[in-house]
Amino acid sequence: MNDATSPLAQYQAWLARGELGYQVDAHGRPVFFPRVLAPAGREGPLSWRASRGLGTVYATTHIAPKGEPAYNVALIDMDEGFRLMSRVEGIAADQVRIGLRVKVRVRPAEGDADAYPVFDPVEDAA
Amino acid sequence: MTAPGRRRGAVAIVGAAESDMGEVATGMSVIDLMGQGVMRALADCGLALADVDGVFAAAGQSRMPSVALCEYLGLRPRYHDSTMQGGSSFMTHVAHAQAAIEAGLCEVAVIAYGSTQRSAGRKNVAPREFNPYETPFRPVLPASAYALAASRHFHAFGTTREQLAEIAVAARQWALKNPQAWEREPLSLQQVLASRMVSHPLTVRDCCLVTDGGGALVVTSAARARSLRQPPAYVLGTGEAISHLSISNMADLTVTAARESGAQAYAMAGLRPRDIDAVEVYDAFTITTLLFLEDLGFCPKGEGGRFVQDGAIAPGGTLPVNTNGGGLSYGHPGMYGLFVLIEAVRQIRGACGERQVSGCETAIAHGNGGVLSAQSTVILGAAAAL
Repeated sequence: MNDATSPLAQYQAWLARGELGYQVDAHGRPVFFPRVLAPAGREGPLSWRASRGLGTVYATTHIAPKGEPAYNVALIDMDEGFRLMSRVEGIAADQVRIGLRVKVRVRPAEGDADAYPVFDPVEDAA
Repeated sequence: MTAPGRRRGAVAIVGAAESDMGEVATGMSVIDLMGQGVMRALADCGLALADVDGVFAAAGQSRMPSVALCEYLGLRPRYHDSTMQGGSSFMTHVAHAQAAIEAGLCEVAVIAYGSTQRSAGRKNVAPREFNPYETPFRPVLPASAYALAASRHFHAFGTTREQLAEIAVAARQWALKNPQAWEREPLSLQQVLASRMVSHPLTVRDCCLVTDGGGALVVTSAARARSLRQPPAYVLGTGEAISHLSISNMADLTVTAARESGAQAYAMAGLRPRDIDAVEVYDAFTITTLLFLEDLGFCPKGEGGRFVQDGAIAPGGTLPVNTNGGGLSYGHPGMYGLFVLIEAVRQIRGACGERQVSGCETAIAHGNGGVLSAQSTVILGAAAAL
């Protein structure tokens, strides 16, 4: 029997609820991007969790296309131990620094574009 | 007992040639360019199409390049291989050709590449696969992936834009000694730094060129190589390693799998970095050169920025790196690895004219595929290095 939903559709369903979902293996170790099986070094079965949404900028660049506002592209290390590509908003694209603490915010689906997670800087209480 | 397929010096690259380069004639196809490369590489070593019984090819614009090339050449070879892993495909083809030749599956192998990305327009020829976990963020790929790696190197080791610019300037100085190079004008550090920013901290002068081009190599057994026209460039070592496909899945952006592919190649060759006379590495971006100088052992991890300062890898410096001018200044049709190998072969032959590394008996040719993803290393040597 075919699977009822794809890993991507499940990821999108979390985003539709306003949350960043990620997979964990049988021991709770994170897996990202979402997939149908546990990769080598992890043990299945995989299940889904909601991220608390806090992370740290691991790497960053910014791009200024002609006639358009500059935007940021960053790799974010989530506190749960997985990494994803995203962008930091809310500060100038060229002010995003490695080590910056950030919190996820879901950009809702719009037209043909699916929802996707972006990040805002946070004042870390810790 | 050395494993078959990994015997030091068992095969050699005996023919090497570019096709038309730069901007080719209207209507010229990728396979036309492969055909030119094969014709010229066979003429280079004095073999004929009838001698070829192994065909290897890779291209971004052809789905089944070895099949297409065989049709074009009218060949039904005993062995063929279209392994595709981006710009390092051709180093891997050399390793696979060695395995096939040692196993008796073929005796004379050609390895071919062609690209018309400049004349056809890059957007028309290199569609990127949609990645739902990256594409929405509009990275300018591949440049942004390398920019992210550079940001990490700056952060961890204090590397600077000026140090990266030194790499672009050195490549240009080598290119000025290469009549076949695309870029023919001097380039200063200030010009690199003031160039249009593509993806911070990489300017357009930190990025490889966008040209047409192609070429081919001929690989055969060491025994047959000795009877041919050119001094053989013996394959002393090979190594292959992959670590990820997309940049968000690269564990540490300052350490590439070239460490592993290089270690395999050095072990097979019985050589260390200090034994290498000419260093040819795939310079898709200035940061790429820096990472490979570290990961292939020419300087410690983190020291690449300081290592390249003051013209150290330019003509007259302490280590000759990318002596043809590299992807940054010689030419970059999209999968540049084949040209890295061609330059390494020519250095081993002593055929590089004004840019020749004196007494060159060993050369490393390192290929990079994807976004620091697929690493493949070949170490070549002259007869004196056997």
